[in-house]
Amino acid sequence: MKKSLTTLLAISALSTAPAMAQDLDIKLTNLTNAIYFTPLLVAAHNSSTHLFMEGSTASTNLQAMAEGGDISGLSTDVQAVAGNVVENPAGGFLNPGVSTSFSLTNNSGNTHLSVSAMLLPTNDGFVGADSIEIPTKAGTYTYYLNAYDAGTEANNEAINGGGTPGVLGIPADPGTNAGTGGTGVTTTESNSTVHIHRGNLGDSNATAGNSDLDSSVHRWLNPVAELVITVN
Amino acid sequence: MKYSIKLAAFAALGSSLLLQGCMHDDNSVSRSTFTVDVTNLSSNQPFSPVAVVLHNSGYNGFTLGAMASHGLEQLAESGDNSTFITEADANSKVLKSTGGMGIITPGGNETLQVQGMSTRPRLSLASMLVNSNDAFIGLNDVDLSALAKDESLVLHARIYDAGTEANSETAASIPGPAASGEGFNAARDDRDFISIHPGIVSQDDGLTTSALDASHRFDNPGAKIVITRTE
Repeated sequence: MKKSLTTLLAISALSTAPAMAQDLDIKLTNLTNAIYFTPLLVAAHNSSTHLFMEGSTASTNLQAMAEGGDISGLSTDVQAVAGNVVENPAGGFLNPGVSTSFSLTNNSGNTHLSVSAMLLPTNDGFVGADSIEIPTKAGTYTYYLNAYDAGTEANNEAINGGGTPGVLGIPADPGTNAGTGGTGVTTTESNSTVHIHRGNLGDSNATAGNSDLDSSVHRWLNPVAELVITVN
Repeated sequence: MKYSIKLAAFAALGSSLLLQGCMHDDNSVSRSTFTVDVTNLSSNQPFSPVAVVLHNSGYNGFTLGAMASHGLEQLAESGDNSTFITEADANSKVLKSTGGMGIITPGGNETLQVQGMSTRPRLSLASMLVNSNDAFIGLNDVDLSALAKDESLVLHARIYDAGTEANSETAASIPGPAASGEGFNAARDDRDFISIHPGIVSQDDGLTTSALDASHRFDNPGAKIVITRTE
């Protein structure tokens, strides 16, 4: 009973809130041990806009982000519906264990926040948040983000520079912990929608085996990022 | 009163920071006592004796992305919590620290108690997964100020990598019963920052030099923690 009252109050507070400019201070931390985030896209948008949706087929622009780290298409999509974006706040890779802090000026009263960045080294893995409802009450709010698989490319775990959408392979390992000579873990993707990434497999052979990744270095467990939103 | 219950429920959902900026106009310092019940949810990773720290804002037993303290390195590599507790006790923000009675076996639990005088008590804890190089479960800076007497907060603790020892999984480097190898080693041969643990690979998954098998693998969360205010 208390819970439903709380929910009702929250909903009514939102529905009567006037559209207004709202500055958000945001801090995002890479919680992984050895996985790099390509340039982040952080976007405030309306309730019907999504960078991605769990269980839905990735858009062409999401595929470009997840396979090659290119956020330009997704950013254009959001801005086309009066979204507010922050592109590449870390000025390049967000390295493992590192945080980036920045402000997002939401000048059009957008109600939801989404985040995406490719995970390297993966074939089409990305860290994502789909439509977090932006808190309206002043305070500090913490969220934990999972690693997704875009479902657009087989996770063959071969590092061959393949970052162009549709080209099989991993662009690079910025941490230079990867091997060579992997014969390929798989050539198929059994779930072609956006889903929770099963993680890298890797192997312990730096010059052969089926993966170019190192099983003792390149695996991860969720969550992969911490997102702290401060509403002033 | 209703607020306390509602906020405790929110905190249990993982949004404990919602507590900030709300309520509590009562600034009188009062004594509070908490019991902390730790249940091991892993399949085959005994927990080393838990270190529980009750403190005010300003103490951090560990920070994600930052270097582990010497005490945390010892706790996470060998299971010895004594230096971690000594470090806590030397911090002026710490109200009370305590160590567990012993190993918590998979499926087992232990209830510890801490007590202190504070308007806004916080709690942190850590314990090693002993069949690993430097994995530990932890809670960091959980705000207990909204918890009224006889209320409980149910949390799930994640498994972190102290970043101070490479995850080689070799028999020589794992102190737990799976290998009975070395515990603490002052060398820091990993990336030297605290992260979410990437997991155990194991010999069953192709790491032939690993002393661990599939039973030692884990996923988050690693522990269930029930914090109850009894005073």
